[in-house]
Amino acid sequence: MLEFLKQPWAWYVAGPLVGLTVPLLLIVGNKSFGISSSLRHICASCMPANIPFFKYDWKKEVWNLFFVFGIFLGGAIAISLLSNPNPIEVNPKLATELAGYGITDYSNLIPEDIINWQSLFTLKGLILMVGGGFLVGFGTRYAGGCTSGHAIMGLSNLQLPSLIATICFLIGGFIMANLILPTILSM
Amino acid sequence: MQQNINTEKDLQLRELDAMCVNESRLEHKWYHNFKYLVIGILFGIVFVKSEVISWFRIQEMFRLQSFHMYGIIGSAVITGMISIFLIKKFNIKTIYGEPIKIAPKTFNKGQIYGSLIFGLGWAMTGACPGPLFAQIGTGATVVAVTLLSAIAGTWVYGLRREKLPH
Repeated sequence: MLEFLKQPWAWYVAGPLVGLTVPLLLIVGNKSFGISSSLRHICASCMPANIPFFKYDWKKEVWNLFFVFGIFLGGAIAISLLSNPNPIEVNPKLATELAGYGITDYSNLIPEDIINWQSLFTLKGLILMVGGGFLVGFGTRYAGGCTSGHAIMGLSNLQLPSLIATICFLIGGFIMANLILPTILSM
Repeated sequence: MQQNINTEKDLQLRELDAMCVNESRLEHKWYHNFKYLVIGILFGIVFVKSEVISWFRIQEMFRLQSFHMYGIIGSAVITGMISIFLIKKFNIKTIYGEPIKIAPKTFNKGQIYGSLIFGLGWAMTGACPGPLFAQIGTGATVVAVTLLSAIAGTWVYGLRREKLPH
């Protein structure tokens, strides 16, 4: 059983489990599934700075912070108890492309070759981690949600704005991965 | 600290540009939040085991080199749709007996501009906000910098939002 759980889980197992989060959160407390809001609540609780957007009773949304802290713990539990001992298998075409940028380490979910503390102090690492993170935080709030709030919760509730948002997430991702990222990774 | 905030106004403010507004009229003790911690833990485990939080899987997705991520998001949406349909059809209540309410979303241009910006960042970091938390949990401590930067991004949005086109 444990050996079985340690393999990477197929999409048709993981997808429905992710989807079940939607009714689970609604039924246990009338909460709409969404993760990027947690970043806003952190701003509101730690440094509201008199900005109207952060002046609300964040304590009413504290469940969301428990939820994301749980995701962090879940990551730690999965890696220590259910870790897959084998390297991640990727499409050979991707492996060939990434090898050209010196990315060859597939032992972690994250490419250790480019995402590590040393590379944080290089231009490439700074752009990827600090720049990329900033775009994620700014963009999700500007969009009013992320993959969870728009793509999963919003589409589940048949919201047209969420469909538009999801399509734009993908367009942005396609542009970055295919047109801009090669230049960044070549640095 | 709280000087009797008008509840309606506070709700409107929290609803602002947020998909995720949650208003239970019931007062709960703080430890009721542990249920969300447990759901978060299960969710984080699924994230890691299905490699959703892997930078490599995100690169495959945006290069159309693998069906994996599309399968996960697609089947998650279908599961969510069926669930919400059933909740509405059978008028299912929360475990506290409250009717389930989901705030509708109105369109604004921010959903286009913001989503494009987020898409760019998603392909760079290989993570949307949820996976950032899980990635740190797997021991990639440097991702905490990415998370702090994402919090800074949210803060700057809040600071500038009046001047941005919506």
